[in-house]
Amino acid sequence: MSEKIRATAPDGPIETRWERRRFEYKLVNPSNRRKYTVIVIGSGLAGASAAASLGELGYRIKVFCYQDSARRAHSIAAQGGINAAKNYQNDNDSIFRLFYDTVKGGDFRARESNVYRLAQVSNNIIDQCVAQGVPFAREYGGTLANRSFGGAQVSRTFYARGQTGQQLLLGAYQALSRQVAAGTVTIFPRTEMLDLVVEKNRAVGIIARNMITGEITRHAGDVVVLASGGYGNIFFLSTNAKGCNASAAWRSFRRGAFFANPCFTQIHPTCIPVSGDYQSKLTLMSESLRNDGRVWVPKKKGDKRPPNEIPEEERDYYLERRYPAFGNLVPRDVASRAAKVVCDAGHGVGESGFGVYLDFSEAIERLGEETIRQRYGNLFHMYEKITGENPYRTPMRIYPAVHYTMGGLWVDYDLMSTIDGLFVAGEANFSDHGANRLGASALMQGLADGYFVLPYSVPNFLATAGHSEATPDDPEFLSAEREVEDRIRRLLSINGSRTVDSFHRELGMVLWQHCGMARNRQGLEEALKRIPEIRAAFWKDVKVPGSAETLNQALEKAGRVADFLEMAELLCRDALEREESCGCHFREEYQTEEGECRRNDEDFAHTAVWEFAGDEKPPVRHKENLKFEYVKPSQRSYK
Amino acid sequence: MRIRLKVWRQESREAAGRFETYDLDSVNEHMSFLEMLDVLNEKLTLEGKEPVAFDHDCREGICGMCGFLINGIAHGPEKGTTLCQLHMRHFQDGAELTLEPWRAKAFPVIKDLIVDRSALDRVIQAGGYISVNTGSAPEANIHPVPKDTAEKAMDAAACIGCGACVAACPNASAMLFTAAKVSHLGLMPQGQPERMQRVKKMIAAMDAEGFGSCTNHGECQAVCPKEISTEFIARLNRDLIRSALLLTRV
Ligand SMILES: Cc1cc2nc3c(=O)[nH]c(=O)nc-3n(C[C@H](O)[C@H](O)[C@H](O)COP(=O)(O)OP(=O)(O)OC[C@H]3O[C@@H](n4cnc5c(N)ncnc54)[C@H](O)[C@@H]3O)c2cc1C
Ligand code: FES
Repeated sequence: MSEKIRATAPDGPIETRWERRRFEYKLVNPSNRRKYTVIVIGSGLAGASAAASLGELGYRIKVFCYQDSARRAHSIAAQGGINAAKNYQNDNDSIFRLFYDTVKGGDFRARESNVYRLAQVSNNIIDQCVAQGVPFAREYGGTLANRSFGGAQVSRTFYARGQTGQQLLLGAYQALSRQVAAGTVTIFPRTEMLDLVVEKNRAVGIIARNMITGEITRHAGDVVVLASGGYGNIFFLSTNAKGCNASAAWRSFRRGAFFANPCFTQIHPTCIPVSGDYQSKLTLMSESLRNDGRVWVPKKKGDKRPPNEIPEEERDYYLERRYPAFGNLVPRDVASRAAKVVCDAGHGVGESGFGVYLDFSEAIERLGEETIRQRYGNLFHMYEKITGENPYRTPMRIYPAVHYTMGGLWVDYDLMSTIDGLFVAGEANFSDHGANRLGASALMQGLADGYFVLPYSVPNFLATAGHSEATPDDPEFLSAEREVEDRIRRLLSINGSRTVDSFHRELGMVLWQHCGMARNRQGLEEALKRIPEIRAAFWKDVKVPGSAETLNQALEKAGRVADFLEMAELLCRDALEREESCGCHFREEYQTEEGECRRNDEDFAHTAVWEFAGDEKPPVRHKENLKFEYVKPSQRSYK
Repeated sequence: MRIRLKVWRQESREAAGRFETYDLDSVNEHMSFLEMLDVLNEKLTLEGKEPVAFDHDCREGICGMCGFLINGIAHGPEKGTTLCQLHMRHFQDGAELTLEPWRAKAFPVIKDLIVDRSALDRVIQAGGYISVNTGSAPEANIHPVPKDTAEKAMDAAACIGCGACVAACPNASAMLFTAAKVSHLGLMPQGQPERMQRVKKMIAAMDAEGFGSCTNHGECQAVCPKEISTEFIARLNRDLIRSALLLTRV
């Protein structure tokens, strides 16, 4: 194990670990706080909540985001809801149960101490958001409403129609705006971080590009918080916003931050299928739909009859058949894989054959169209807009799509990476979801990190390590700036014959095929051969129009895709080395007779933690061994 | 489908703009409008020309990043739809479409179809929040909120801040945007303590940013992709009058 990988969670009873750690943390005198500068990359739930909270404490904060406003971070798109262990429904939920479900749902590949803390602070999040005025759904008596989500057997999900992410983000954005008015926070919109500056293994600042003028700027700070989101867009097609990227995290990896479990990517079962090769992104249909929709395919291969003409006995409700206990509500990884199995066997529907039906006819018959409209009206509306089909009349067609990345920069219990003073929050870190994330827990984690962990752990670091003496004129800043400028110049000067998107699509296809829902040695080795070829072709033949000194969206994309082309190899390498199946990571060689994941706890009950070793050498794989003291690893069963 | 596009091209804030015409002859009707522009941009790139700059991110109608005028209409002809959710099947084969950026004094053009909407952020910074520090929140269920009130607040809170209301308004007013936030927070019990201050400060900020004032044209509601109602403007005006009365009495 590397020296640098120490999880730093206290021992002892899990219920008091966080409290004890907080007590150990050092404090910063209020009058000294404004002398510290905290750089926050990202204004999503994690970044905005951290920046607002640290601003309230009196630190000087600089927030960066690539959109034109902090309010547009990708968190805005989350639909379904946010979990908390309030037990408002009296259905016997508890902090321990949320903790247990999350560890088990992650297929025993997450760190117990972190997950327990997440469950503990989940309740504070709801309190905070309500106080900010987030208009959560209510019962007739005025109390908060909940729904069950993503296969949980308790109703612990809080929601605001189908726009929970939007409302939570606006709450955090408003708190952030208040700090802008108070003078503690400065926001740099349309400004992209292109590199991290490190001096003596401490993060001391960033290099950024003003996306309007093209100006490259150096920013020094005492701490850098990365809350730059996930890397799902590496697959080209995903449910992520078009601008979501891995660059901030990847550049930090190259500067010495270790990367954990890069191959853990979540494929969401209910998305609108691909309809053509011009397709630019995939749209998620909230998984709450599975509460009332039944998933099926025709029993006969290649059956092209319209769904309404296929009689009941010729339909295979394969989730209900294979998992009688959970039926249509099995966790995401299980549902996605099952869809792939039936489509690969030739039962898929729609033009491409990569789709399954999600059918509401029975629910409409039982509950009436009005009830279904109340529950899912906006989702049905969105589906109809995109596909031109009316889901009240004909079943939806859905297929799995890349959605979320459990992998991310490795962090310790304080959310600090292997670079001192570089903290990582939200989807950008690897921390809490193991090999599979449960529905409605990403919003919870982003806000837990930002509202309730970083505001204690960042000051502790500052009180311990003191001011960074670095200035933007240090040689480290100047050389990082030069590297950024050189790279931009290089991208613009190739002037080849292919667009950035064409390379991105090609990379995405390779990853989807070999490192998607099912993986095997041969395919991964093939991908590891193909990716360097695509990368080489990119650097020889890409065409990036325009100049560096203006707004140039092709250039922005080119930089991000160049990073994806490097990172893709790490994904495949990680998937190759993990010789077991767990959660989202399904290695075909390691499955049970029924085609389920066969975990190998003996050899792989650890987090894979990768260290950059230079462009010429393969990265080094370290391990953080996982201890399970409270939740005994078992074979997940949803039968 | 064949589509002819007349697109506003403008190098930078300072540069003069002009229309350029582009013909696309194999547009698939299942494409979204922005995917059609992706296809155009791929083509322009390979021809050695600069692609058309336009804002977009989520492509799901929620981030509020996309938006320009199609034949003079903000977000195009489909009601209750952002550009990114508008599909080509709603246009006729052979259609001629003119694409222009939002036109408003408070939204200077940055490039092509992209404008600077940071004025909207500054309106929020003037008071579009509830002042509660992290950690000081009471238990969430302590204030019951009637279901209808929460639903109404949510109707207002659904605003995505795209700026279409400003672009459609003959006065380039940001009244619907401001009213949506004032109403969302003013409806919730948590928003009451600052309610009267908030409305005054936000309106003052709106004026200072160079947005026009509202003279009840109602164009804003007609183009709003979230169909936010002008009844919230009436609400804001009531609050504004009350705040004038209350605050002068003190
Ligand atoms: C369609 C969809 C629906 C979802 N629904 C749910 C749900 O119902 N419940 C749930 O719990 N989770 C859901 N998720 C997952 C959840 O939304 C995300 O995991 C979470 O919001 C991520 O938040 P974040 O703060 O980590 O990052 P983001 O919100 O992605 O924010 C990233 C920020 O970083 C900035 N940034 C990125 N790179 C750079 C750079 N190089 N320089 C400067 N700034 C940069 C961006 O501008 C942005 O501000 C959903 C996800 C999707 C895609
Ligand atoms: S791109 Fe997000 S609303 Fe259109």
